[in-house]
Amino acid sequence: MIRLENVTFGYGDTPVLREVSFRIAPGESRVIMGPSGSGKSTILRLILGLDRPWSGKVLVDGRDIAALKGAELRDLRKRIGMVFQDGALFDSMTIGENVGYYQFEYSKKTDDQIEGEVRQMLQFVDLDTELIDRLPEELSGGMRRRVAIARALLSTRPSLMLFDEPTTGLDPQATANVLALIKKLQEQERISVIIVTHQIADAVKLADKFVIIHTGRLVFDGDLDQLRQCATPEVQDFLSPFRQSVGEVIKRNFV
Amino acid sequence: MITGLYQSFKRFVFDVDQLSRFSARMVLSLFGRPVYLAETMEQMYLIGIGSLFLVILTGIFAGQGLALQFSMELADFGSKNYLGRLMALSVIRELGPILAGLMVAARVAAGITAEIGSMKSSNQLDALTAFGVDPIRKLAAPRLIALVVMVPVLTVICDFIAIMGGWVIALFIAHLTSTTYMSAVNAKLTFGNVFIGLLKPFVFAFIIAFISCYKGFTATGGTKGVGRATTESVMIASITILIVNFIVTKVVFTFLKGYL
Repeated sequence: MIRLENVTFGYGDTPVLREVSFRIAPGESRVIMGPSGSGKSTILRLILGLDRPWSGKVLVDGRDIAALKGAELRDLRKRIGMVFQDGALFDSMTIGENVGYYQFEYSKKTDDQIEGEVRQMLQFVDLDTELIDRLPEELSGGMRRRVAIARALLSTRPSLMLFDEPTTGLDPQATANVLALIKKLQEQERISVIIVTHQIADAVKLADKFVIIHTGRLVFDGDLDQLRQCATPEVQDFLSPFRQSVGEVIKRNFV
Repeated sequence: MITGLYQSFKRFVFDVDQLSRFSARMVLSLFGRPVYLAETMEQMYLIGIGSLFLVILTGIFAGQGLALQFSMELADFGSKNYLGRLMALSVIRELGPILAGLMVAARVAAGITAEIGSMKSSNQLDALTAFGVDPIRKLAAPRLIALVVMVPVLTVICDFIAIMGGWVIALFIAHLTSTTYMSAVNAKLTFGNVFIGLLKPFVFAFIIAFISCYKGFTATGGTKGVGRATTESVMIASITILIVNFIVTKVVFTFLKGYL
């Protein structure tokens, strides 16, 4: 379970998150939405312990992540997989070395065993196993995201995956592929996911519960029905461009 | 203006404080596990072999230039026989360490800062941390070990090449015999001179490693920021090497004068 209690955090002297509180039950998935620069990605960094809150607590399975150090922190992180924006693949390593990175680093398996697992994982994320010797720069954006997902999955078989803007900058087909893969993780592998996005259409496909952050403050936490009825001005402002464009599409009988 | 100076001073003190803490973490990361042997060997190759041509080239021409200047001046006093002694003294104590230090700072510090800075700006450092890998132990420690081993080796090579450059001048321009030049060089290969000549590159290696890694790990502002950090890294490392060179010389002269 993830719980944020009155979390305030910033960079330099500038606060990015102010008094943010919400909880995510085990097995539940959540989409964190909000305009660019509202502090969404910062929440993922706090959950992973990459940053420490100025005040408040970030509890992962009941443990304050800011209080953990060394081996304890590493053990907790093993339960969490993170897919960074643009994948954050190690650009000097091949796709195979990226996907098998954790295994090469920590396991006592032979190189052949790891390569076998890497090939299986590439198949799981619908990528051609021939890509194993390619470099990340030779792949498209969508492929890189899927490699990043494969790398996170093969690392420690996490029970929770964090996705930072998984579809930003991708074409509709690549977006559909990445969304289908995230769905597959939720349904087949029973992995909880927390997704940060400002793509409302993607958000609705991936989760039943949503959090909306606006200028560092939590302005909504609830399900789709509650979101539909929410009258908070910040929420309305965030949703209105999406509603207008969908309305336009319907009005022109495009769908 | 006073406010501006005060702000600059405050920033300088903050940077020195952060650099000191980072350097301490780098040194501590040398102890404990895991030990990244493959990365260390790779860095030794990249730093050592990669800088070899540059050090040889600068060593030979700097040595020849220096020998040419000395031979002209010594000829006026009829003391050309001392060319070897002067060359050994100036190359081993000053020119070799400074030249090798500055060349490595220019070539390697830029590379280290740019590589680590790019990794930071593309979240690769965070990805390492997320996998439970300490980025300082994985990236900075191998570079520190490689520099500490390779900078003294490159300095010895630079010394040798510069002295041989001087030998060419001694033979063909100053018209000295090889024996006269080499025996004069040999007379100055004392414990004190060799010690100061090896102490300096050892200290310079730490300076290059600390500054280049710190600048890489703290680079902000995307591609432009990485470029700025790289320039600053080379500039600060070079200036620090020159300042520390003077301090080491002064300290050694104070405490080891009898051995020089």
